Amino acid sequence: MAEVRDIEFKETAARLAEAAQPLVPSPSGQDGDELKGEKMVLNVGPSHPATHGVLRIVLELDGEIITGARPEVGYLHRGDEKIAENFTYTQFIPYTDRLDYLAPLANNVAYALAVEKLLGIDRQLPPRCQFIRVICCELARISSHLLGVGCYAMDCGAMTVFLHTFTEREKIYNLCESLTGARFTTAYTRIGGLSRDLPPGWVEQCRKFLNEVVVNIDETETFLTRNRIFLDRTQGVGVIPKDMAIDYGLTGPNLRGSGVEHDLRKAHPYLVYDQLKFEVPIGTTGDCYDRYLVRMEEMRQSVRLVHQCLDQLPGGPINVPDGKIVLPPKDRVLTRMEELIHHFINVTQGVNAPPGEIYFGHENPKGELGFYINSKGGGTPHRLKIRSPSFVNLSILSRLLPGHMLSDLVAVLGSFDFVMGECDR
Amino acid sequence: MTSLELAQQLRAKFPGLISEPVEFRGEITLKVFDAERMPEVCAVAKKELGFDYLVDITSVDNYGDDPRFSIVYHLYGYSHLCWLRLKTEVSEEKGELPTVTGVWRTADWHEREIYDMMGIRFRGHPDLRRILMWEGYPYYPLRKDFPLAGKASDVPEVAFTNAAPLEGGPFVTIAGGKDTVAREPRVRIPETEALETNARLERRQDIKEAHGHSHGPGPIEGKR
Repeated sequence: MAEVRDIEFKETAARLAEAAQPLVPSPSGQDGDELKGEKMVLNVGPSHPATHGVLRIVLELDGEIITGARPEVGYLHRGDEKIAENFTYTQFIPYTDRLDYLAPLANNVAYALAVEKLLGIDRQLPPRCQFIRVICCELARISSHLLGVGCYAMDCGAMTVFLHTFTEREKIYNLCESLTGARFTTAYTRIGGLSRDLPPGWVEQCRKFLNEVVVNIDETETFLTRNRIFLDRTQGVGVIPKDMAIDYGLTGPNLRGSGVEHDLRKAHPYLVYDQLKFEVPIGTTGDCYDRYLVRMEEMRQSVRLVHQCLDQLPGGPINVPDGKIVLPPKDRVLTRMEELIHHFINVTQGVNAPPGEIYFGHENPKGELGFYINSKGGGTPHRLKIRSPSFVNLSILSRLLPGHMLSDLVAVLGSFDFVMGECDR
Repeated sequence: MTSLELAQQLRAKFPGLISEPVEFRGEITLKVFDAERMPEVCAVAKKELGFDYLVDITSVDNYGDDPRFSIVYHLYGYSHLCWLRLKTEVSEEKGELPTVTGVWRTADWHEREIYDMMGIRFRGHPDLRRILMWEGYPYYPLRKDFPLAGKASDVPEVAFTNAAPLEGGPFVTIAGGKDTVAREPRVRIPETEALETNARLERRQDIKEAHGHSHGPGPIEGKR
C-alpha cells in the first residue's frame, strides 16, 4: 500500500514566484518523483456560470494547481466593426448597446462623444446635454459594478449578495425605462445630443434611488468586506503588480486595483467632469480583494457625482442647434423647406463628417472603451475600431492564472468583471 | 510636456524615418516610413519617451491604394498623460511586419486580432493564431473586398457556413420587390376601395402564384 502523505500547499507568493518562471514541460520519468504525474487538461466554458458569458479557458492542471491557461474568445463575435463600416454614424448607436450590455448608457455616450470629436463639436454640446450624459454614465457604472460585485460574490459562494445587488439594479432599469423607453438596449444618445429630455418626475425618482442604493452598498459591504471566507478566497489571490498591469494594458478598476492612479475622467476630463468633485480610489496590492474594494468605492463616488449633477442640472436645449447634425423638430420638418431638406439628408446620408482620424477613450465601468474612427468624409466611417476594455483585460489571464489553485479561477474571473459582448464585438 | 514635443523628440531620434507630425482634433499622428523598423521606434518611445501604455493597435484597409494596409498604434504615457499615434504601411504582397510584443505584452492579442481580421502577419509573434474567428476559417472578414453578408465556407463542424440571407430572406423587405404588396399592404385604403383593390390583385398572375406556393391565405381569403 502506498504511503499516505500530507499535501503541502505552498503560500500564494511562492506559487506565484513559481508561476512567473517560464513554463517547461515536466521531464517525465527523469527525477523519479512519483508525485509528478501526467498533467490534466481541463476545459472551462464556453458555457460555464463563472465565465460570465461565453469565455472558454483551456487549463493545464498539475493536481489542483494551474500550470497553464489558454483563454479562447470569439464565441460572441458579431462583426460590429464590419457593420459599422456599412452604416451611417447614427445607425450604429443601437449596436453600441450590445457591446458592454451591462452598461449600455455609458457605451452610447462614449460612441456619441467619439463621433462628435470627429465632427469637432464635442466642446459645443449644450450644458444640459452634458449633465444628463454624466448622469447616464454614472448610473451605468453603478449598475455594472452592482452586477460585477454580485456575480463575483456568488462565484465565491455568497449567493445572498447577488440577490441583494440585483434588487437595486432593477431600480436602475426602471429609471432607464422611463428615461429611454427601454430597460436594456437604451440607444439613448444621438450625434450632437440626446434622443429625448428627462421625463417629468425623473429627477425625484433618481434621487430616491440614490438614497436607497447607498444603503444597499453599505449592506453589501457588511456581507463581504470583513467576511472571513471572502477574505480567504480573494486576498493575496490574482496579484497583479503595477508594472505588469501597465504592460498588459489593463484599464479601469482592474488597473486602479493595482495602484495606478489613472482615471480618464480626471486625466482628460470630458463632458463636465472637471466641474464635479469626486475621488479616484486605488488599491495597494493588486489582488482580487483590492479590485472588489475599488469597485465598491467607485459606486459611492458615482452616487456622489449623480447627486451633484442633479443639483446643478441646468435648463435649456439638449441638442446642438445644427440641423446638419441633429434631426430638426418634427413640426418644423412638416412646415419648413430648410428643415425638411436637413431631415432628408440626415436620414438618407447621415452627418457629413470631415476626412480624418480620431481616437476617443472613455472611462467605462469596465475600463477604457475607445473608438478609433478613420473617416474619408461622408456619412459612414471608413474604419471604426472598438478598443474594448474586456478584450484587453482578459489577455493577462494566460500570465496570471498559472500558479493558482483551480478554485482561485472563479475568484480571479469574478474580480475581473468582464463582458463577452464587448470582448468579442 | 505635450504630445507635439514628444513627437518631435521621437522624430529627431530617427532622422529620415518618421514624417512631420500631423495634428487633427488635437491628436498627433506620426508616420513611420519603414514598417520593418517599428519595434525599434516603439522601444525608444517606451523606454526614452515614457510611452509605457499601448492603448491599441489596429489596421485599416485602403482597398485600391498601394500600399493597401495601414497599421495604427495608439501610445499613451502615464507619466506625462500624452497620446501619440504612430502609423505605418504594409503592402498586400508583403502582408507582414515585425511584432511589438517584445515592447508591450498587451500587443499580443491586438496583433492576433489584426491577423484574424485583415490577414496581416506579425513576424516573431509568440502565438499568431486566429482569435475571434475559428481556427481554419479561410477569409479575412474586415477586408474591404469581403462582403457584409459573408461568404460561404466549407469549414466542417461549424454551425453556420452559408452567407447571411440579406436578399430573399424571411426578415428582409426589399422596397418595390415582387411580393411586397401582397405581403404587407403599406398603403391604407378606404373600406369600399379595398374590395376593388383586392379583386385587382387577384387578377394579377404573379401574386397568385406567389401565394399559391407557400404564403398561406392571400389578401382575398384574409378579407373574407
